[in-house]
Amino acid sequence: MTNFLQLCFAGLALGALYALVALGFVVIYKSTGVINFAQGGLVILGAYLTYNAHHTWGLPFYLAVPVAMAICALVGAATERVVLRRMVGQPPFAVIMVTIGLLFILEQAVTSIWGFNQLDLGDPWGIKKVTVGGLNLAQKDLWTIVLAAAALAAFFVFFRYSRMGVAMRATAFDQEAAVAQGISARRVFAVSWAIAAAVATIAGVMLAAGGGGLHSDLDIIALLAFPAIILGGLDSPGGAIVGGIIIGITQNLTAGYQGTGANHYLGFLGGGFSSVMPYVVMIVILMVRPYGLFGTREVRRI
Amino acid sequence: MGAMRQADTIATGEGTTLLGVTGLEVVYSDVILVLRGVSLAVPPGSIVALLGANGAGKTTLLRAVTGLLPLHRGRITKGHVTLDGRPVAGRDPAEMVRAGLSQVMEGRRIFAELTVEDNLRAGGYVVRSRAGLREAYERVMGLFPILAERRGQVAGYLSGGEQQMLSMGRALMPSPRLLLLDEPSLGLAPIIVEQIAKIIKEINAQGTAILLVEQNATMALSIADYGYVLEHGRVVKDAPAPELLADRDIQEFYLGVGEAGRRSYRDVKTYRRRKRWTA
Repeated sequence: MTNFLQLCFAGLALGALYALVALGFVVIYKSTGVINFAQGGLVILGAYLTYNAHHTWGLPFYLAVPVAMAICALVGAATERVVLRRMVGQPPFAVIMVTIGLLFILEQAVTSIWGFNQLDLGDPWGIKKVTVGGLNLAQKDLWTIVLAAAALAAFFVFFRYSRMGVAMRATAFDQEAAVAQGISARRVFAVSWAIAAAVATIAGVMLAAGGGGLHSDLDIIALLAFPAIILGGLDSPGGAIVGGIIIGITQNLTAGYQGTGANHYLGFLGGGFSSVMPYVVMIVILMVRPYGLFGTREVRRI
Repeated sequence: MGAMRQADTIATGEGTTLLGVTGLEVVYSDVILVLRGVSLAVPPGSIVALLGANGAGKTTLLRAVTGLLPLHRGRITKGHVTLDGRPVAGRDPAEMVRAGLSQVMEGRRIFAELTVEDNLRAGGYVVRSRAGLREAYERVMGLFPILAERRGQVAGYLSGGEQQMLSMGRALMPSPRLLLLDEPSLGLAPIIVEQIAKIIKEINAQGTAILLVEQNATMALSIADYGYVLEHGRVVKDAPAPELLADRDIQEFYLGVGEAGRRSYRDVKTYRRRKRWTA
């Protein structure tokens, strides 16, 4: 039982990371209709910016993160402005290819600035653990859950109650009608990208923290988060979170019980099945609900 | 004003015009000519009706005025649009809303996933002051008491008439000087249409000028001061509303109350042909 709870807890932390990345996808998709494959690039950019702010500029860690979030948000908004705004009204396939291109550019930019070597983010948690009722909980995991929860809560308050949030929801529903009311669709697009980049930064930092190390391959998280997005529904921010947590816990439980040894009930699956499991869950749920758990029925699928 | 054509007053620069359109030509995708030199004028505080069949160019005219043309790959190739006598063609929609021009789009286009209240908040996006927003909100609630009852509900669940009222309320949130209404009677029961007409008069009485685009000519002309008839991208007739109501051609074609035996499709076709020659 302890083992199970521990696996669930670590899975929740992983799911929180997925939720952050997935939220970025959803926010951009909802308001601009673009499936942004460059999301992973923003994740690593944010993490490297944090490294830079912490080590090069000498800011304390808790300041380095928000500074990196702000810079990454600016980069996100600028990307939208310079590149994607020109793609408005172009075929979805072309837009997707552009975002994939952006992913490669971000990857290369990061390695050319900070190099190929794995870097130490210098986080305050390292591999420290706390013990609660017999459970060994990584401090980093606790903080991941807390920070993700705070970021998601802040997003929902903003989305629901602020003037910009209302404008974003209106634009997502009917862009022309929103524009006719004097809402600036451009600003909505820019803000969406900025939000996606800011939450991606948190995901990147938590991913590289705790002894994992910082390297440009971390952008794979965005691909791993994809089942979470599809599962929750491409256009549902709430779905992104539920999907992220389901996938995180599933993956971690599978990882814990696969392979060989005592209590490895899923041993017959062999090792390494945990990275396949999210896609299995995704496929099963899509067979029952083709538009995801919370998605809108008429979402255009690509 | 009498028989004098309102559009002429802009051309000569006389009188005051809130919205002026002169010799407007609009082309979609660089090939489809939809407006072929339209002129009209909306004086402050008036109700002007714009009548015309499907495809006459009514909605296009509204798009040209509100700055929504680029979203439809449309372009003004000739002519002017003026607000308070100043040229405004080519401005973006947000600027037009801030300048005092707001519209209810055809088919209502409410934000169905948002609550009634959030629809109104989205409508008041350009209003920066809290007090201004509050005031506009109270005014809308006064005009449409039903919206106050439904304010927490998701707009998609409102009835057609209520959605039309929400759409109008949303457009009133920026407190416009000119409200453009595109077919507010579309798909509504006659009793609701009557109610909408009454509310339009009330909005007008509070000082907002109205450009009413309609196929329901009876309703439009019963509340309008002046009317224009648009056909194939041209204004084929314009006169004070009572005059248009009494006009035999208009009665025949738009009101369906011609002389006995002259209501067949063939007669309508004859009418169309005659119109094309005289236009």
